[in-house]
Amino acid sequence: MPKDFETIIAGLPTTREALQPAREILLANALMIGEIPSPTNGEEERITFLGNRFTEDGLQNISIDEAGNGMAIIPGKVGKNNILVCAHADTVFNKKVDHAMSVGPDEIKGPGIGDNSLGLAAVVTLPEIFKRLEIEFDDNIILMGCSRSLGRGDLGGIRFFLKNNKLPIRAGVCVEGIQLGRLSYSSIGMLRGEIDVSVPSEYDWAKFGARGAVAIMTKVVHRILEIPIPMEPKTKILFGSLNAGTSFGTQPTSANLRFEIRSEKEGMVAEMRSHIQDIIEEVGNLTDAELKLSVIAQRKQGGLAYAHPMVKSMRKILSALNVKPYIEPSVGELSELIAYGIPAVTLGLTNGENKNEFNESIEIKPTFDGLSQLVAILQAIDGGLCDE
Amino acid sequence: MEDCAMSKKIKKWLETNTFHHGEFWDILKLVELKEKKNLKISLCIPTLNEEKTIGKEIVIFRSELMERYPLIDEFAVIDSGSEDKTLEVASSFGADTYLASELLPEVGDKRGKGENLWKAIYQLKGDIIVYVDADIKNIHPRFVTGIVAPLIQNDTIKYCKAFYDRPMAYSSGIRASGGGRVTEILIRPLFSLFFPELTSLIQPLSGEFAVRREVLERIPFPIGYGVETAHILDVYKEWGLEAFAQTDLDQRVHRNQSTNALGKMSFGILQTFINRLKAYGMVDRLPELATIYRQFQAEGNRYEQLTREIVEYERPPMITIPAYREKYGIKD
Repeated sequence: MPKDFETIIAGLPTTREALQPAREILLANALMIGEIPSPTNGEEERITFLGNRFTEDGLQNISIDEAGNGMAIIPGKVGKNNILVCAHADTVFNKKVDHAMSVGPDEIKGPGIGDNSLGLAAVVTLPEIFKRLEIEFDDNIILMGCSRSLGRGDLGGIRFFLKNNKLPIRAGVCVEGIQLGRLSYSSIGMLRGEIDVSVPSEYDWAKFGARGAVAIMTKVVHRILEIPIPMEPKTKILFGSLNAGTSFGTQPTSANLRFEIRSEKEGMVAEMRSHIQDIIEEVGNLTDAELKLSVIAQRKQGGLAYAHPMVKSMRKILSALNVKPYIEPSVGELSELIAYGIPAVTLGLTNGENKNEFNESIEIKPTFDGLSQLVAILQAIDGGLCDE
Repeated sequence: MEDCAMSKKIKKWLETNTFHHGEFWDILKLVELKEKKNLKISLCIPTLNEEKTIGKEIVIFRSELMERYPLIDEFAVIDSGSEDKTLEVASSFGADTYLASELLPEVGDKRGKGENLWKAIYQLKGDIIVYVDADIKNIHPRFVTGIVAPLIQNDTIKYCKAFYDRPMAYSSGIRASGGGRVTEILIRPLFSLFFPELTSLIQPLSGEFAVRREVLERIPFPIGYGVETAHILDVYKEWGLEAFAQTDLDQRVHRNQSTNALGKMSFGILQTFINRLKAYGMVDRLPELATIYRQFQAEGNRYEQLTREIVEYERPPMITIPAYREKYGIKD
């Protein structure tokens, strides 16, 4: 195992070349994983696939935990430390969606292929990749497919693992299918919430100012948009979905708004939440409708410094691959690793389009750069080059 | 054969020669047995304008059945002259691709799926050739392992067909099971009448089958719609029902054909069927027509045949009935 960074960087072209023959294995894993529907809280079948693959590759400690995470260990030569490589196994698509993937000479198309079938496939294919590259690590590598990551899942899988795990974890790498160049090393403060408007059945529609649920929710949205938001540190409120009413001419009696607040400033998310709480109480009083704010998920702000050796290593690796780094704070598994004091990064494997749409697609060729970067950062961590 | 004896034979065959792909999950074991028996296995995908599905088939078969488990020794796409990017996609993932018209040029070129299947026998070297259609949306290694495994495991079996569960909806544990529309409307009634044992095959027209070379090289190949029907009749005539096996591959997702297209297919199949009746000398010596119609039902992975007696009783022309003649004053 190389112990200096220059050797790792110099080995990148050879790694990329040596990965070519593993293309079909990686793509077949991505296709087979992608065609197993895996909505949040319904990842069992994908995780079983993962477990079967780990068994076929002769890994150790293969298990599916109580939260539904699937994991296994590639034992290291020394085995004193552990490096976690994880990818979330759930998608935003429900089981009824046609999950058929299509393969062209340069791209694969299908719901969830980039987020995160390819990421999970990379984790599953790593044992084969290490075998072909004849790489052995000193540390144990823990491979993990995380359950209950997205939306209401609220990182349930990784939370359970970190709470109950007994192994010392030296560092973590979270793998996403897209985009190549993504480099996340900090967790952004986040609150994921829902506002429900419900008009009581005894509502007096003749009363001055009486409004249906859509109009009331619209008022709430307008008022939220009036909240002053600082440009720096970056803060934003994102309206993700709005559902209300049933037809053209019937007064809607309920409405639901899903939103996220994200901020790089400590305390800002709580401040925004307080503003929104005030707004819904005021609008509720003005309209006699029932308004409720529910918090679905929260993340604490935190992370590694830009100059942390792990972040530096990632930047150098991407630069050697001629890939421009795309710095983006994360609200995924990374934020939990950081909250537990585990240095970690999230990286992307290839270029893709239409994330979370039915026609989501990934490019095949850049995947080899993506995998080379993953192998290189694991070598750097294993060689102690990412320790502070 | 008496109906009761026939039903017993079919029941026994269903028990011994009908499989579910889940029985063959251990691919490594199949590879070991294949190597022990010194068998070579070739995979052929006949194509015509299949750019949307061919890439996935190749990636998955190469990865799972060549790289990970060396079950398949060679694998070729044989094309009828696609006008889309079928061959470009196939070769970009490392498949050997051939134009059927360029194989065995001295025998000329006839366009049709059967031509590709036939020329594959010349081009591919395997002791067993596995044919898989290219239009399968939910492709999976079971589409090969499920149908080749019975031939690896049992030397008596020479021809293994795939069949699929096609439940639209069923409320209890028991469900009707059968083939596509052409099978149920044309093939099953014909087999029930003329070759009742062959009704044991749940989906005789499925495009996925594995066959030993010793059989393939000895049977003729209609180049069009009749190729599957001809195979079944000819293999049955020469080697009997024991030579067949069938495997349940669960669901197969593919494009549906229009009723017009199925009409054309039925016309081709009927030609093949009647040609076979002629060749077997059955046209002038029709067997006593059976009155038992045979279908299937499935419970879990167990299949059983449903038999129903359908007698087409005929009344004579009304004019021959004395009461009628008297009522209407009809005299001789």
